Amino acid sequence: MIKQLQRRFTAHLDPLLISGLAALMLVSLVLIYSASGGSMDRMLGQFVNILVALAALWLVANMPLHYLIRSAVPIYILGMMLLIGVALFGEIQNGARRWLNLGVATIQPSELMKIAVPLMMAWYFERHEATLALKNYLVAALILAVPFALILRQPDLGTALLIGASGFYVLFLAGLSWRVILGLGLSALASAPFVWHALHEYQRQRILMLLDPSQDPLGKGYHTIQGMIAVGSGGLLGKGYMQGTQTQLEFLPEPTTDFIFAVNSEEFGLLGNLILLAIYLFIMWRGFIITANASTYFTRLMAGSITLTFFTYAFVNIGMVTGILPVVGVPLPLVSYGGTSMLTLALGLGMLMSIHSHKTLVQS
Amino acid sequence: MKHYKELKNHQREIYFFRLRLTLSLIFVVVLASILVARLVYLQIIRHSDFTTLADKNRISVVPIVPNRGLIQDRNGVVLAQNYSGYTLEISPAKVVNLEATIDSLATLVNITAKDRKRFKKIRTESQTSNSYPIRYRLNDAEVALFASQRFRFPGVEIKARLFREYPYRDKTAHLIGYVGRINDKDFAMLEKANLAENYRGSDYIGKIGIEQSYESELHGTTGFEQVEVDAAGRGVRVLSRTPPQPGNTLTLTIDVKLQEIAELAFGNLRGALVAIDPTNGEILAFVSKPGYDPNLFVDGIDTETWDALNNSLDTPLYNRALRGQYPPGSTIKPFMALAGLDANKRTPAYSINDPGYFTLPGSRHQFRDWKVGGHGRVDMFKSIVISCDIYYYGLAIDLGVDGMHDYLVKFGFGKKTGLDMDGESPGLVPSTAWKRKRYNQPWYPGDTVSVGIGQGYSLVTPLQLAYATAVLANDGIGYRPHLVKHAPLKTAYPSKTHEAPIDIQLQIKPEHLELVKRAMVAVTLPGGTAAIAGSGAGYSFAGKTGTSQVVGIKQGEKYVAKNVDERHRDHAWFIGFAPADKPRIALAVLAENTGTGGSVAAPIARKVIDYYLLGKVPHTAPPIKTKLEAAHD
Repeated sequence: MIKQLQRRFTAHLDPLLISGLAALMLVSLVLIYSASGGSMDRMLGQFVNILVALAALWLVANMPLHYLIRSAVPIYILGMMLLIGVALFGEIQNGARRWLNLGVATIQPSELMKIAVPLMMAWYFERHEATLALKNYLVAALILAVPFALILRQPDLGTALLIGASGFYVLFLAGLSWRVILGLGLSALASAPFVWHALHEYQRQRILMLLDPSQDPLGKGYHTIQGMIAVGSGGLLGKGYMQGTQTQLEFLPEPTTDFIFAVNSEEFGLLGNLILLAIYLFIMWRGFIITANASTYFTRLMAGSITLTFFTYAFVNIGMVTGILPVVGVPLPLVSYGGTSMLTLALGLGMLMSIHSHKTLVQS
Repeated sequence: MKHYKELKNHQREIYFFRLRLTLSLIFVVVLASILVARLVYLQIIRHSDFTTLADKNRISVVPIVPNRGLIQDRNGVVLAQNYSGYTLEISPAKVVNLEATIDSLATLVNITAKDRKRFKKIRTESQTSNSYPIRYRLNDAEVALFASQRFRFPGVEIKARLFREYPYRDKTAHLIGYVGRINDKDFAMLEKANLAENYRGSDYIGKIGIEQSYESELHGTTGFEQVEVDAAGRGVRVLSRTPPQPGNTLTLTIDVKLQEIAELAFGNLRGALVAIDPTNGEILAFVSKPGYDPNLFVDGIDTETWDALNNSLDTPLYNRALRGQYPPGSTIKPFMALAGLDANKRTPAYSINDPGYFTLPGSRHQFRDWKVGGHGRVDMFKSIVISCDIYYYGLAIDLGVDGMHDYLVKFGFGKKTGLDMDGESPGLVPSTAWKRKRYNQPWYPGDTVSVGIGQGYSLVTPLQLAYATAVLANDGIGYRPHLVKHAPLKTAYPSKTHEAPIDIQLQIKPEHLELVKRAMVAVTLPGGTAAIAGSGAGYSFAGKTGTSQVVGIKQGEKYVAKNVDERHRDHAWFIGFAPADKPRIALAVLAENTGTGGSVAAPIARKVIDYYLLGKVPHTAPPIKTKLEAAHD
């Protein structure tokens, strides 16, 4: 009886994905405890975030796929409304208009769009699967472009780029012709000066800082430099748990959130980093398997986009901490402290599991 | 048919999708490889660079300032010491409104207008520091009061520091000098000398006097503490500690009791006194009057007090003993006599007739003796005892200016003695070459005449004259004069030589020396120009009076002291040594604008020698003038 219950409970949970996920969450708790100087509060807070995220994951994983398909349009429309609401009535924090005060809670609608945009695009492609033409790609691109532009205006370059990436992955997997990709790439290069012009001053500064972090070591380059110092000084085996001087003496900025990878680098060294990367690649590999075996056009696009976006998160964060990408404020997936990003990522992984476990159901 | 096509499309679609997926996989692998490469670069290849940077972040090197060495006199009496006290310091960078902060601080501790002015001055003088004192020497009540209110004053701190103090104040001012806060100029000098590292954390540096000349020995070696700090700069723990090496205690050759007696003997007179042990070059007293309170300078002097000192007509900041250059006047005569004997221009028995004036052949210009009507028959012995000018006018002409020059420089005139204190003046012994070089003019016989009695172009410092007297007293052997007896060698710096080298070794015939010394003894005996000062000495007291002209006197005019503005009156000189047969002390006394050597300068010398030889402490009484002394030029 209990066994049966247990089976029903775990039926839709992919054991491999769950173990990768659990490994990351464990790493998260371990690192946050160290990064907060041995404070239980911060770690327990993250533990609650994990529980909430796992609950959401379980729900989504157990949700039949047609719920997911049906929810695409309403979620996207809701997200767009909220984004417009932000643009009109949003609260300004740290110079960016990203938050919407709903009276009961302050939310960041751009997080919702991380799921909503690829979902909507996949839904759209599925509907026009039989008669795909260039026109459809244009419409799909528009589905992506409008929220992308709104989020970029907030301004939130990091989130905008991630949503842009997730949308692009859908377009790419949906078979966008190489000529268009090449054309887009070239026009992106050509428009770079204009984009530079359109960027906010602080965004330009971040990019400039990336090129030469030493020019303002106590100002805007400080984060990058301190991150690189933490990573580099970690060496092969690291300084030992809770022994990282950059972390423990608070030279490292944002050690529990954006720069948590530097904590791992400093205290566990290259070896620890390779293990962490291996966990991400393991999740990737599982995601690719699920994507390859997905039964419908919609699920293939969705699974592929989720998998690739998940990796993009990790790449952008690690690239930022190690100084090859500008500091754009992207958390390390499932490791950085924070409920919202954890929840969004868990929803995505839940969908992956749902896609995998409901495959036979849909086919039959 | 339609069904078939759809099926085919479906398979094609899956094929294309998997192709794209494979490309994505490659994309992921490429990105992951970039990350791994970057991590290897940072964590393996550049590991040591970043480790250095991480250590630089966390390890703060905190200097531990060494205690400055004490300065004591030859008997161990402390002349410069340290005491600990509290300062109230402000870091302007951390204070929003400086004036308002000082105003509200003034409600807690006493802050005077002088304190504010000094604070401003210190700030402008030192840009390298980031915290500046507003008040020194807080008392316990003030410390407690501020401590209870300190939350109101971010950027204001109470610091415990060691302060320099000179207990003898103006009595040793020109000898010891003082330390002062390190200003930008000092800092640049330290950087140039590669010493800036050793002065990290140090606030003070010797500015003048012994404090300056022996700075490297007194300062000591700064210690360091390696402290692990967090990003906010708070110390977390001490990693290592290198203790500081305190500065050396300097023992001076000075006898401060003798110094005090000399000081007192001057009363309100301006002048200088240098007393030397002729047997080893040790300076026993080193006085320049007036003095000043060196303690004023330690904490940064305020502008008003500084202006008052600096603009005073008495020039209290001027080290007369070291830097003052005066014509030696008649004190040069014993040396001239030796020059005459040495050059065979005079014999002891040779005598002249002194009518009271001297003329050069072919000239009507009269060089007068100080005594109207002259001294009559004068031989060498008498020429010294009664200080006959006419005798030396003739001798000067016979020796010639270069003859005098060549002999006088052997006694150390005309160049620095090499005293272990910076800033010495060289004096001047004129010569034809010098005049040609200096004025591009030939030498005139008239110039020679005045040089013969120590006037004209001749210039000496009190130190030089004391040294030359010591050389004479010690039969021609001159040990380099020095102020520091010894300093135990324990600092990292090479110590200056403390064993005085013999700088002067003159071959003077004993009979010549005997004659001159005997004459100098007679100077302080009845009939001599310093008879009153010498009366009842109880030891053989050799000396020579002198007067150096401040303004020239016209032909046919008589110098009358009371008719001359005080600061244009003649300076009084006295040189002496005792006991004459085995000299233990030689000295030179200068009293500015007071008239004659015998009445003013010689009594000061007497008091000093009385104390040094007999331990006699004088009753302070004003010097009495005798007829002879009052009349002597």
